[in-house]
Amino acid sequence: MIGLNHFLTLSTILFCIGIFGVLTRRNAIGILMSIELMFNAVNINFVAFSRFVTPTALVGQIFAIFIITIAAAEATVGLAIVLLIYRNFKGINVDNINIMKW
Amino acid sequence: MLSFAWIIPLLPLLAFITIVFFTRRNQKLSSLISIGAICLSWIFSVIVIASVLKNPVPSEFEFTWLNLMGFQVKMGILIDSLTAIMLFVVCTVSSLVHIYSVGYMQGDPRFSRFFSFLSLFSFSMLGLVLANNFVEIFVFWELVGLTSYLLIGFWFEKKTASDAGKKAFITTRTGDLGFIVGILILTTAAGTFNFREMFHAVETGQIPFGILTLGAIFLFAGAVGKSAQFPLHVWLPDAMEGPTPVSALIHAATMVAAGVYLVARTMTIYLAAPNAALVVASIGCITAFMAASIGLVQNDIKRVLAYSTISQLGYMIMVLGLGGYTAGTFHLYTHAFFKALLFLGAGSVIHATQTNDIWEMGGLYPKMKITAITFIIASLSIAGIFPLSGFWSKDEILTVASHYPNPIFLIVGILVAGMTAFYMFRLCFVTFFGKPRDQHKFEHAHESPKVMTVPLMILAFLSVFAGWVGIPWLQHGYGSFVFHQEPHHAEPNYILMIVSTLVALSGIYLAYAMYYKKSISPEKLKAKFPFPYKVLYNKYYFDELYQIIIINPIMKLSGFLFNRVDVGVVDRLVNGAGNFTVFLSDVKEWFDSHIVDGAVNGIASLARGTGSGLRRIQTGQLQNYAFVIFFGLVLIILFKLS
Repeated sequence: MIGLNHFLTLSTILFCIGIFGVLTRRNAIGILMSIELMFNAVNINFVAFSRFVTPTALVGQIFAIFIITIAAAEATVGLAIVLLIYRNFKGINVDNINIMKW
Repeated sequence: MLSFAWIIPLLPLLAFITIVFFTRRNQKLSSLISIGAICLSWIFSVIVIASVLKNPVPSEFEFTWLNLMGFQVKMGILIDSLTAIMLFVVCTVSSLVHIYSVGYMQGDPRFSRFFSFLSLFSFSMLGLVLANNFVEIFVFWELVGLTSYLLIGFWFEKKTASDAGKKAFITTRTGDLGFIVGILILTTAAGTFNFREMFHAVETGQIPFGILTLGAIFLFAGAVGKSAQFPLHVWLPDAMEGPTPVSALIHAATMVAAGVYLVARTMTIYLAAPNAALVVASIGCITAFMAASIGLVQNDIKRVLAYSTISQLGYMIMVLGLGGYTAGTFHLYTHAFFKALLFLGAGSVIHATQTNDIWEMGGLYPKMKITAITFIIASLSIAGIFPLSGFWSKDEILTVASHYPNPIFLIVGILVAGMTAFYMFRLCFVTFFGKPRDQHKFEHAHESPKVMTVPLMILAFLSVFAGWVGIPWLQHGYGSFVFHQEPHHAEPNYILMIVSTLVALSGIYLAYAMYYKKSISPEKLKAKFPFPYKVLYNKYYFDELYQIIIINPIMKLSGFLFNRVDVGVVDRLVNGAGNFTVFLSDVKEWFDSHIVDGAVNGIASLARGTGSGLRRIQTGQLQNYAFVIFFGLVLIILFKLS
């Protein structure tokens, strides 16, 4: 039987993969994609808690839908930033974007 | 009603301030301001004398100047007949000298400064005349001393001139010491500085006789210094180094008159202290004779006039000491005009010939007629020839002297009159007549400009007529004016008049015979009496005497004090203190640079080092930051869970 713990484990694995991606990817698009993975891990948590803790109310599911929507908007903005970075730095390798230091 | 009289001294003071602060650069304007101020003062002085003539009651105005815990020092003005006459004389002579100076000082680089000094001098003298108490008169007395120093040493590039200024200042200061002691004695005894209150105390016998005599003698010391009386007369001949208008101003009407004025002003005290009065008379008598005899042989035109001034002042002092208040002040009044004229005339001659030595002049009469004629008028007046003003005042002096039981004063008086006539006409004959001795200087000579000759003519007019107010037959003449309380009329003494005129005429004739006709050779006389001539020529060796007994010891003492005490002790102490301070500073400097600075710099470099270490963390790599945030979050969670 698949229980809450399984979902939580899945979402933890997903989140960790996302974190790992954010911290290690050198490609800006890859970072954005990793952030999406983290979102989805959170969404799974919401839905899972909603399903197992308060099965009658659909609060978690609705919240997940909101997050998906907002994440879409966020992805737009993020891709626009990546586009601008590409234009300014002739590439999207984040190692080269280091002007924010002393 | 006469309270406006304070304006009289104030105007020259204002002129002085204006010139010094504003118009210094504009020479013409400066001289005009100065002349304008003194002429306005002159107009006021005429108003004063007119109203005093109408109503001769003395008037006094005063205000409290200092209030020291109940002890009050006042300033004020006292206007009586004596003040009114002095105001008139000072203003008249001063304004004429101002005008004359425009011509005489033409082209001097310090032209404006000269006029500012003249104004300051007039201010001091007028203030002195108006003073109504001893403190005030002392203040103005010292101001006169200061300005005379400035004026005598006006050409201070010349060593002799600056020395003469110092000599005048220091010598008169010697007398002033006595003056201030006298003031202190008298005011302590009488309890007031005010003249009239003190005279009242003297008249009612509130001051013990001994103290009064002592105070009067000390007071007279001031007059001795200022009026160049024996033995403090030495400064006046040297003061001839100043510009000639200054000599005329200082030695005719103002500074030297201050001493005579002081004795006249405090006459009440001397009348009450006959011993002091006798001292005054004796000093005056000695001075009159000594100075006149020195004047016989001097060769510098201004020095002859200087000794003549000393001698005439001695005359005045002598007669004041004999109680001749009217005669003394009357002679002061007439003397001011003809002596100013003599000095200004001498100035005109010096201006023309560029020399002071009478033996380099000669035959100037056709070249400078106005100067010569006015000079001769003044000489006649000072010699006491009827009916010029000098005659009347000299006659009055001799009349007073003849009333004194001891005939010495009368004899000296007549002798001095003869000597005066002789040396004055010696000057006239040598300077204006005979053959020119220095052809180059003679050709260069010319009459002075109008601005110089007009004052000469005005003074000549006054030298002739000013004395007529004192003609003994006039019942309301000078004597009754000055003595408003008890009308005083000197009875004309015809024998004395004739004798004094004869003596004066014989003096003139002697000069005529020796220096014009050459029937008596001065050289032979010189050869016959070498010792008296040498003594007179060297002015009785007063300067040398003072050099030996006063100046040299003081110089030696000063040298000793300088070399031993100043250099040896004081300087060493000062230097020791200085060195110690330098050492302390060195120590402190080391402390500063090593410890304080080290601490300050250490803190700074610590901050910098920390900063440069820590800034490595800020890589600019977003992922590094994210890693730190994540790692931190994990740590927090682990911490919370445990």
